Amino acid sequence: MRLPRFEYFAPKTLEASLELLGQKGDGAFVMAGGTDMMVKMSHGRLKPRTIINLKEIPELHYIKFNPQNGLEIGSTALLSEVLNHADIIEHYPALIQAVQTMANIEVRNMATLAGNLCNAAPSADSAPPLMVMDAEVSLVSSRAKRKVKLMDFFLGPGATVKNVDEIMTAITLPAPRPQTGASYMRISARCGVDIAAAGVGVAIRLESEVLAEARIVLGAVAPVPLRAVKAEAALVGRQFDPETVQYAAQMASEEASPISDVRATRDYRKSMVAVLAKRAISEAYERSHARHS
Amino acid sequence: MKHNIRIVVNGDEYCLAVDPWKTLNEVIREDLNLTGTKLGCGTGDCGACAVIVDGKAVSSCLTLAVSVDGKSIKTVEGLAPSGEELHPIQESFVETGAIQCGFCTSGMEMAAFHLLSNNPSPTDLEIRKGLSGHLCRCTGYNQIVEAISLAANKMQGCHCKKEES
Ligand SMILES: Cc1cc2nc3c(=O)[nH]c(=O)nc-3n(C[C@H](O)[C@H](O)[C@H](O)COP(=O)(O)OP(=O)(O)OC[C@H]3O[C@@H](n4cnc5c(N)ncnc54)[C@H](O)[C@@H]3O)c2cc1C
Ligand code: FES
Ligand code: FES
Repeated sequence: MRLPRFEYFAPKTLEASLELLGQKGDGAFVMAGGTDMMVKMSHGRLKPRTIINLKEIPELHYIKFNPQNGLEIGSTALLSEVLNHADIIEHYPALIQAVQTMANIEVRNMATLAGNLCNAAPSADSAPPLMVMDAEVSLVSSRAKRKVKLMDFFLGPGATVKNVDEIMTAITLPAPRPQTGASYMRISARCGVDIAAAGVGVAIRLESEVLAEARIVLGAVAPVPLRAVKAEAALVGRQFDPETVQYAAQMASEEASPISDVRATRDYRKSMVAVLAKRAISEAYERSHARHS
Repeated sequence: MKHNIRIVVNGDEYCLAVDPWKTLNEVIREDLNLTGTKLGCGTGDCGACAVIVDGKAVSSCLTLAVSVDGKSIKTVEGLAPSGEELHPIQESFVETGAIQCGFCTSGMEMAAFHLLSNNPSPTDLEIRKGLSGHLCRCTGYNQIVEAISLAANKMQGCHCKKEES
């Protein structure tokens, strides 16, 4: 394995990295864990002229939680740090479900959530749970700062609304609300190490026993993580019962438009979406029930 | 342009001039001649290249050597304190027949080291999860799981076989 040639920088501040990124222009890439970039580079699918390592920037490396403001994950926090964070384990179990199925220990000790999102693979495991839990991402350039809903972030495989001169600095999730629950279920050929053949993220909010809100996002079955609006509509305003869940799962399966490839056929993926949706809706429901106060 | 980096590998300090496109795997094997660390897939899938950087197991094939400037690295050569005797993990691999061709072994042992540093008495399931990024074409894995559980006992100073959990 030989990598293409590039120049390398490891700035110590966000400001310096933004300046470099602006200066170097086309062909300059920021690198976090490198677990997507290095693979692409060694396959010849990515030939950066400049690599700017973000991991030496202390201000991007944090995870903050408080019950009023919610969760904020700095863009170079490792997947393994997310996985072991007590507040995330307690309040955002759907995110844990996604991260623990991602890759393997070595990769999780290098990779980041921001890298997973910016890489924008349709199968990115962290996208569905973060989207259904209403995540926002902070994008910063040397000229401006903005926050974007993750629901509006993806444009296609490898394409996002992030401009080339922007760096993702953080991912934020709202504070957990009473009677809400979320879940992520995925299936793949070789558990964990292989990327998902299909994944389903669900978040719901109950009002007494009625499903007042529902969010469903499907992974790996469309060019982007796909919001299943018909499946959501099938839940809202109803009570949780087997027929409702079955029907919503069926809708999700119909909304999925997967391809056939080496991992799974189109039909298999569609069937699995129904199975996973059913399980994820049920688990999200149980969790919303458990979270009363 | 080469970058000057300073790294500590198995306790020895090295100052090296490296091209930015060299992986940590290349530098360890080719520049430092520590060929215990293997290169299998080169894409993060097999675990043969695992080393410990600042206490964390990582894939050296996916790590740029320039990016570990200032960090401390442990390879399989540094597992046994003096390099003469075997580390309990290595001893256990030998005793349980967890090594056949040996290509996966150094990666497996580094993963075991990382696992046991964080969880001194793992269950069989936790051991399997800890090895999920590691492929072995020879042993069928059972002996490796057995080796790590034996090593856990040895490292806690108890030589009896641990109860199945
Ligand atoms: C063996 C293996 C197994 C894997 N399994 C899974 C899996 O199960 N599920 C899954 O979803 N993924 C998987 N992946 C893919 C990868 O590990 C994840 O997508 C990971 O989260 C990427 O993070 P990173 O920090 O390594 O990204 P990098 O490779 O550093 O970056 C990826 C892209 O994002 C950009 N980028 C990174 N950080 C920022 C930032 N802060 N601002 C702007 N742009 C940024 C980079 O320029 C690059 O284009 C696997 C990879 C390997 C090697
Ligand atoms: S050689 Fe690095 S994981 Fe296979
Ligand atoms: S002993 Fe041969 S690959 Fe594991």
